Amino acid sequence: MKKFLLSLILVGLIFSSLFIFYGCKEEEKEVELLGAGATFPQPLYDKWFSVYYTKTNNKVKVNYQGIGSGGGIQQLTERVVDFGATDAFMSDEELKSAPAEIVHIPTALGAVVVTYNLPNNPKLKFTGEMIADIFMGNITKWNDQKIKELNPDINLPDLSITVVHRSDGSGTTYAFSDYLTKVSSSWKKEIGTGKSLNWKVGLGGKGNAGVAGIVQQTQGAIGYVELIYAEQNNMPYGLVKNKSGNFIEPTLDSVTKAANVTIPNDTRVSIVNTDNPEGYPISTFTWIIVYKEQNYGGRDLNRAKAIVELLKWINSEAQDYNEELLYAKIPDAVNKINEENINSITFSGKPIE
Amino acid sequence: MRKDKAFKIILLLSGFLIVALLSGIFLSLVFSSIPSIKEFGINFLFSKDWDPVNNKFGALPFLIGTLLTSVISLLISIPFSLSISIFLSEILKNKLISNIFQTFVELIAGIPSVIVGLWGLFILAPFMRTLQLKLGIQPIGVGIFTASIILSIMIIPYSASIGKEVISMVPTEVKEGAISLGATEFETLKSVTLPFSFNGIFAGFLLSFGRAFGETMAVTMVIGNSNKIPDSIFSPGQTMASLIANEFTEATTKLYTSSLIEIGLILFIVSMLINILGRLIIRRFKF
Repeated sequence: MKKFLLSLILVGLIFSSLFIFYGCKEEEKEVELLGAGATFPQPLYDKWFSVYYTKTNNKVKVNYQGIGSGGGIQQLTERVVDFGATDAFMSDEELKSAPAEIVHIPTALGAVVVTYNLPNNPKLKFTGEMIADIFMGNITKWNDQKIKELNPDINLPDLSITVVHRSDGSGTTYAFSDYLTKVSSSWKKEIGTGKSLNWKVGLGGKGNAGVAGIVQQTQGAIGYVELIYAEQNNMPYGLVKNKSGNFIEPTLDSVTKAANVTIPNDTRVSIVNTDNPEGYPISTFTWIIVYKEQNYGGRDLNRAKAIVELLKWINSEAQDYNEELLYAKIPDAVNKINEENINSITFSGKPIE
Repeated sequence: MRKDKAFKIILLLSGFLIVALLSGIFLSLVFSSIPSIKEFGINFLFSKDWDPVNNKFGALPFLIGTLLTSVISLLISIPFSLSISIFLSEILKNKLISNIFQTFVELIAGIPSVIVGLWGLFILAPFMRTLQLKLGIQPIGVGIFTASIILSIMIIPYSASIGKEVISMVPTEVKEGAISLGATEFETLKSVTLPFSFNGIFAGFLLSFGRAFGETMAVTMVIGNSNKIPDSIFSPGQTMASLIANEFTEATTKLYTSSLIEIGLILFIVSMLINILGRLIIRRFKF
């Protein structure tokens, strides 16, 4: 028994000394930043952060967890992460409940596309009101007069429409409903904007994969997924009429253009139903959120510097990785606003060089 | 002696830990649901609105969804699990083969539910779609009935193995008595063995009902996740467990989170009651 205890203590000592040594080493050289939030930009962020790790000679390691936008906001508010990430900007109420001022930095753009399953999968044209009518259950057949009028060249079958929506709360649903709220008064009155909605009709699928799975299996189904997801899985998607009356195909270019409008300095703005005549109307920013004052909770200047450097890199060189991963770049005008916002970050009230 | 004492203390502590853990879970569920209980009161159970946009929450569609799926799955599973337990205990005389069979049945219980769910989504749902086409219903494949079939497969092992145990416990003398009076094998089974073990078999069904009640992953994948009261057994629906799995991560407002936790509380209480009831009946049966 004594021997056993002795060896246990010995092993314990060895382990703890290892940790202490390792810890020392880390404190001297490496900074590990912690981020959490939206799942939508996660593939892009993972790519960025691994490139950044090599770029900084293994000195700045960023650990990002895709736990969902709501979780990202919550964890930043509770100050357990260095930065949060979200697909929907923080509401005034959420900002008020945070302990200090928060800066929003748009990092990339995404789009929500309307996907469907019809014989031969033609390229369909939609208007915002029509999408609202379909997803509220007011249009129930594919050969409805309204759909036919917009798509006169396409032979639309006499098939019931099965509506498929997200069952989990998600930024995709938020952007989609945000758009429909802006273009349809009955949608605004009956359903509204949110990450989870009170759907009148249809089936729910969990995640983009869940929605895509049901749509692909069900003839006559219609659903909405992220552009990236539809691209990667070769799913058909429709053109949507924008504010200027043009039918726009969702592409990286038309998504970036949607953000090429006047953006307020805090970047907290929804760009759905964009004014840009070439912009795809269901486009959305995704943001990284950080505290403006970085000296909190015993953080040192080193850490604050690391995060500012990282944000500057994200706002410049990192943007080159966006398109190969099918995320749209943020337009130059927003780059400039970001630059100012990043420069406004302070440590003990002083700007960080 | 000292070792004995230490051993006892460790056992005692782990026992208490479990009790403390369970009460802790219960209490934290109650505390976190207070905002929603205050806001909606008893109406929470009877309101059919689940509208996160306007902060209005009611549990009725999910209570109905949960009850429907678990009752239907229980009804589907009864003939199968009853036949399995009779076959394994009474018909199959070879102990070895009977054991092998039982192991297989119990292995079904060990399949991770996400795999059962995937099977449901890719094999059963398309099959249901063809069935629905023939019946002239909108062919959506997933829904209450599909979820019930999946659940019934998952709960059969529970009721079957409990059923087998209790049927094997019927004293041989009693059965022999019936046979000596001229009863056939079927008559013995019908009028002696089954009535004798009825309580135990019933308890097995109750426990498997409890299992169906709380199953989450597989159901979420095939139920269609619609927060409406289903209007037929082929409609999409939602259970309490699948609702929590779907919406908890992005529930942002306090009232929303609290309402989801209250749903969890209801689920917790009902599952506990079903389990306690099942155990009470089994204990009465052991003689």
